[in-house]
Amino acid sequence: MSQGFLKSSIGKKVVMGLTGLFLISFLVVHCFINSLIFFNDGGLTFNTGASFMAHNWLIRAGELVLFAGLILHVIQALILTLENKKARPVGYAKFDGAANSSWYSRSMGLLGTLLLIFLIIHLVHFWVKSRFTGLPGEDANGNENLYAVMQTTFSMLWVVVLYALSMISLAYHLLHGFQSAFQSLGLNHKTYTPLIKKTGVAFSLIIPFIFALMPVLMYLGVIK
Amino acid sequence: MGSGHGTELNLTLKVWRQKNAKSAGSFETHQLAGISTDMSFLEMFDVLNEKLIHEGKEAIAFDHDCREGICGACSMYINGRPHGPKNLVTTCQLHMRSFKDGDTIVVEPWRSAAFPVIKDLAVDRTAFDRIIASGGYVSVNTGNAQDANNILIPKTAADEAFSAAACIGCGACVAACKNASAMLFVSAKVSQLALLPQGQVERKERVLKMVAQMDEEGFGNCTNTGACEAECPKGISLENIARMNRELTAASFK
Repeated sequence: MSQGFLKSSIGKKVVMGLTGLFLISFLVVHCFINSLIFFNDGGLTFNTGASFMAHNWLIRAGELVLFAGLILHVIQALILTLENKKARPVGYAKFDGAANSSWYSRSMGLLGTLLLIFLIIHLVHFWVKSRFTGLPGEDANGNENLYAVMQTTFSMLWVVVLYALSMISLAYHLLHGFQSAFQSLGLNHKTYTPLIKKTGVAFSLIIPFIFALMPVLMYLGVIK
Repeated sequence: MGSGHGTELNLTLKVWRQKNAKSAGSFETHQLAGISTDMSFLEMFDVLNEKLIHEGKEAIAFDHDCREGICGACSMYINGRPHGPKNLVTTCQLHMRSFKDGDTIVVEPWRSAAFPVIKDLAVDRTAFDRIIASGGYVSVNTGNAQDANNILIPKTAADEAFSAAACIGCGACVAACKNASAMLFVSAKVSQLALLPQGQVERKERVLKMVAQMDEEGFGNCTNTGACEAECPKGISLENIARMNRELTAASFK
């Protein structure tokens, strides 16, 4: 690899794209495991899944890579944002961005910051408890009861509202990020790019919607 | 002009005035009466400048050359968009019929650290020249022109290279981009040569050098908003940027 690659503007974008796609792949796994609550069996199936995730060494190692990927994505974004600000020291008095691009494609930094704040709160709600401070006992199957934490957390209205709003941020972040990652990696093709874009839109709407359903349905008591 | 089918407009023009790269600059407001809808945007500026000269004031500096949309000299960021409200046209091909009577039009120079203001609306775009000089060429032995079709080129490659070569280097992509990135321009120049057999010898070296020069000039990073493609007067495609991403990645990992 030539030395300048990671320092070049394109190299940095490739890092953003790769870490972004990696984080997207994590969303799929996270969404799948969490969807086990939709069995509506008092969390027995979900706790089985969560317990497997907590005790599998491969998943544990993956968690470290995930944090590394997230940190890289955030730091690289910060560097890029600062450089981009420097590239236009004097702004326009009149700027008609809507004429040539979507607001969310121009607001990835803002959406990403909102997601980072959400993520910290989210980690405190669940991850810190499951890894460090401990979960409230075991369920009927003898699995650690992460589901009970979900029930307590999602009984608070402000949490449910925060989670639902954050999923809107996620949806818009993905709407741009999903297809943008492929473009950064140079994967632009007359036949496949329209397909990637459609998949991206579907992914960006479906995954955050399923995530948002969880706190809302638990708060409403549909999932007990 | 003067065919009689046009109407006349009264306009308020807010124009950026700046002595040189070092001074601060500010907006100056001018009232214009009786502007024909048949005029081009630059002709409207000619009328204003004539008026300023008659009043003993300094004319507004702006870039222009061919005035037929092929040279890339004219710039102007008009009402929040490079080359104004129409798609696929340069400022010289923008006509006053695109505006309404009583409109206020805000005109600013291209804003980019890499394009310092020379004076008023004229900016220094030699950063583009330096990028071209760094690798946007093919080293071939000169002599008589070859016979046509001596080098066979697939039709699709020829078409794509031709589309990329349509770039006139005006800098609207940089002006439109929220990051002041020059990726569309550089990718068009990299693409037109990377697609053709004549460009193969220096293919890897070219993309490495041109991207390095682009970064050195202080342009921002591409975030794939697509504003450049939407505002490009020549309709240069984002596919070129993806191609350059591929070219640079491949050249870096050889």
